[in-house]
Amino acid sequence: MRSTTDLVAGWLNGRFRQVPVWLVYLTGAAYVPLLFYWGATGGLGVEPIRALELELGRIGIKLLILGLAITPLRRYSGLNLMKFRRAIGVLAFSYVALHLLVWLVLDVQDPARIWADIVKRPYVTIGMAGFLLLVPLAATSNNWSVRRLGALRWRRLHRLVYPAVLLGAIHFTILVKGLPIRPSVYFAIIIFLLALRMRPGALLRRA
Amino acid sequence: MAHRWTNDLTEADVTPHGVWLNRRQIMAGLAGGIAGAGLAALAGPAAAAGDDLEPNSWKEITSYNNFYEFGTGKSDPSERAGSLTTSPWSVRIDGLVERPGDYALGDILSKMTIERRIYRLRCVEAWSMVVPWDGFELADLLGMAGVKAGAKYVAFETLLRPEEMPGQRYPVLEWPYVEGLRLDEAMHPLTIMATGLYGKPLPNQNGAPLRLVVPWKYGFKSIKSVVRITLTSDQPPTSWNKANPREYGFYSNVNPNVDHPRWSQATERRVGGGLFSRRQPTLMFNGYEREVASLYEGMDLAKYY
Repeated sequence: MRSTTDLVAGWLNGRFRQVPVWLVYLTGAAYVPLLFYWGATGGLGVEPIRALELELGRIGIKLLILGLAITPLRRYSGLNLMKFRRAIGVLAFSYVALHLLVWLVLDVQDPARIWADIVKRPYVTIGMAGFLLLVPLAATSNNWSVRRLGALRWRRLHRLVYPAVLLGAIHFTILVKGLPIRPSVYFAIIIFLLALRMRPGALLRRA
Repeated sequence: MAHRWTNDLTEADVTPHGVWLNRRQIMAGLAGGIAGAGLAALAGPAAAAGDDLEPNSWKEITSYNNFYEFGTGKSDPSERAGSLTTSPWSVRIDGLVERPGDYALGDILSKMTIERRIYRLRCVEAWSMVVPWDGFELADLLGMAGVKAGAKYVAFETLLRPEEMPGQRYPVLEWPYVEGLRLDEAMHPLTIMATGLYGKPLPNQNGAPLRLVVPWKYGFKSIKSVVRITLTSDQPPTSWNKANPREYGFYSNVNPNVDHPRWSQATERRVGGGLFSRRQPTLMFNGYEREVASLYEGMDLAKYY
């Protein structure tokens, strides 16, 4: 017998099938010039560099979390967003890269200080390590690479996203002054999504 | 005891925002060299050479705030502090004083001389502003209560009212917020209790109706919405120090040579410079070295951070 969840998931899957992937790329990409426009015209407040940096980083980590949620969503609710996963991953990397670029160019400015910060400041070191783990994933987010590496090796390589997103969450948590309530919520969601993968979830589902 | 310190910035520096923006852009264009030296000469002896000393706009000062009692976001205070009841308001002055008691704010103000003080404000997060405060010297208030011989420190406390201060419903810090100064720091002519901004009453998000301003220390020392002042013989606890003693010391003097464990304090960014704002070097004691360095003579400032 089909449950309500299955029916809702089935209906949603039908809707999502009609959404072209390019629309996801376009929406994700269109928000970037909008952010810079707001930053330049006062829409991000009186300290736009900081606001822009924070917003790009936050969107980056949210997209990474969304990417992590796709497999468990399909497994436990039947909702299938698999066709958007690459777009979400590529966009997540782009936002993280822009976050880094704003930090380098607009925030810190001084090349000598950038290197000093990477070496000396744990939150920068950790954030940078997380970014570097994402680089090979972004570079292999194309069909040619999947064929070239083979599905198994490609999947193994892309497990790097697990440590990357954890480093991202640590980076966010240790930046905060006082009790880091908001970053802790991100952390809890990430741990939950990773824990789902450690349990043999398929066993629970197979009926 | 009022008027013990004269602004190194003058009334002429408190200009309308439009004019201010133009002047700043012109200054940015002429940065360094002769222009910088000329401006420094105009601004007076305490001004650092080449420093950009234009006060920040009303909007900047009142929309970018750290006041965790209303939330940890920079715009939370301006969005949520509106409903704070600031009248009636009284301040309990107690501890080692001759005349302890609850002093109504109106009674205090009737005895104080309000002056304009244009001060640099340097946040521990490495951003800064220049603020035209209106206020009176803390020394005058302490004189009114009469400081007893054994007093060595002054403790301050912010209002605790979670119904009106939604941030106090979360244990981001231990509430109420508390701060403290050594008695000589409290009596220093630069130390004021602010009641206004740009000649207008202090907006709630800036610590209405009465807040401390200690311009040579990181901003979090300048406790807002003060309801209690206690003279003590022992060093009082301070909120950020309790939350993280390794990162926030009792003194928390602005010092470009002593980094925060997580970030550098060597430079700062003036709020309001837009998307391409340049960082500028942070000044020792936030540019008030001449006035306050003697308070810390012989102290290891890396140890007493």
